[in-house]
Amino acid sequence: MIDVRESLDRLPDRFNKRLRLVQHAKRLNTRFLLISGDTSFRLTIAGGMVSAVEHGPFVMGQWDFVIQADEDTWKKFWSPTPPPGFHDVLALSKAKRMSIQGNIYPFMSNLLYFKELLSSVRSQESH
Amino acid sequence: MSNPTVEIEPITGRYLRINLNDKPHRVYFEEAGAGIPLLCLHTAGSDTRQYRGLMNDARVTKHFRVICFDLPWHGKSSPPAGWHEETYRLSSQDYAGMIIAMTQALGLDRPVVMGCSIGGRIVLHLALHHAKRFRGLIGLQSGAHVDPYYDLDWLHRPDVHGGEVCAGIVSGLVGPSSPQEHRWETLWHYMQSGPGVFKGDLHFYTADGDIRKDVSRINTQECPLWLLTGEYDYSCTPDDTAFLGRSIPGSKWQIMEGMGHFPMSEDPERFLKFLLPLLEEVRMAG
Repeated sequence: MIDVRESLDRLPDRFNKRLRLVQHAKRLNTRFLLISGDTSFRLTIAGGMVSAVEHGPFVMGQWDFVIQADEDTWKKFWSPTPPPGFHDVLALSKAKRMSIQGNIYPFMSNLLYFKELLSSVRSQESH
Repeated sequence: MSNPTVEIEPITGRYLRINLNDKPHRVYFEEAGAGIPLLCLHTAGSDTRQYRGLMNDARVTKHFRVICFDLPWHGKSSPPAGWHEETYRLSSQDYAGMIIAMTQALGLDRPVVMGCSIGGRIVLHLALHHAKRFRGLIGLQSGAHVDPYYDLDWLHRPDVHGGEVCAGIVSGLVGPSSPQEHRWETLWHYMQSGPGVFKGDLHFYTADGDIRKDVSRINTQECPLWLLTGEYDYSCTPDDTAFLGRSIPGSKWQIMEGMGHFPMSEDPERFLKFLLPLLEEVRMAG
């Protein structure tokens, strides 16, 4: 069973090894909030690397944009073989199971990067 | 003397000079095989390379002359002179007109037309307005309408890399189990698309090409219609195709398990398992 907190805590180790992606995004510096149900996490990207995953709640926190879905949606998205409609953030957004709001310029101008980042929580075997 | 490390594919490509929509154009087309003409239409923002698997497969080309062309502005078909002063926007009327003009220019006798995505939409327009010109119509990822599900302006603005954002937009439309080689080949085509071209095609896909209120008038007695749609497509969904299947008497439709929005390009081998029986039906019908 996928534990959202544990999966996100492992994300820097897992993702930062993907050197081509990280190097390509070397000019990317942003912070975003990932909300899973009632729980929030702030992820910091510095020079293309995931430099911090902080656990909320946040008092007077700052971020550029927010990606929000319920916990069951994140678990399906991160399952080894996601069902149709749960396999991609735009699929989830179109179905209104996920919202992406705020200053989404960093997200859209690095869309492939963020898709790889978010799906890298998924088990390696399915990637 | 043959060299086992080298293979020249049976596909040949040429350029055609033709007036389309009252303007001179230079259009790239390619073909392989012999027999019943099968004209294939690529998706929005891509080009003929999507059909490389079909054109290289003898099970298709021994009975079919497979022809693909790059729409103007796409692939190796240039935009018309003066393009830098206009905004490209594909319309239903222009798109259907170009297909008919290409059919006539290449001397194709009642071809089968197979199109994917925007190509899957235009075959519905062809079925409605020009059925007698065609031997059969095959819609891949066909839907009567799609509402935009993101702001299309992201696709063409100077402060976002157009190729990368277009590939990012469509990357989730590839079925998750499709081979990595073909997934990234498919995305590469999007990365190479000209600025604003994908967005211009989506004008047809999300606005001008809405055919919901007319599809029930399609007469499959005049021209048979087949619909194949990938299970993981969230742009043209299986439900969209099921709606067509229910609305168009005599149409035949099938959902392709595991596949996404680009069946012929993202996993040609798996796609042929669905397509070959259908082509056999076309051939038997004569």
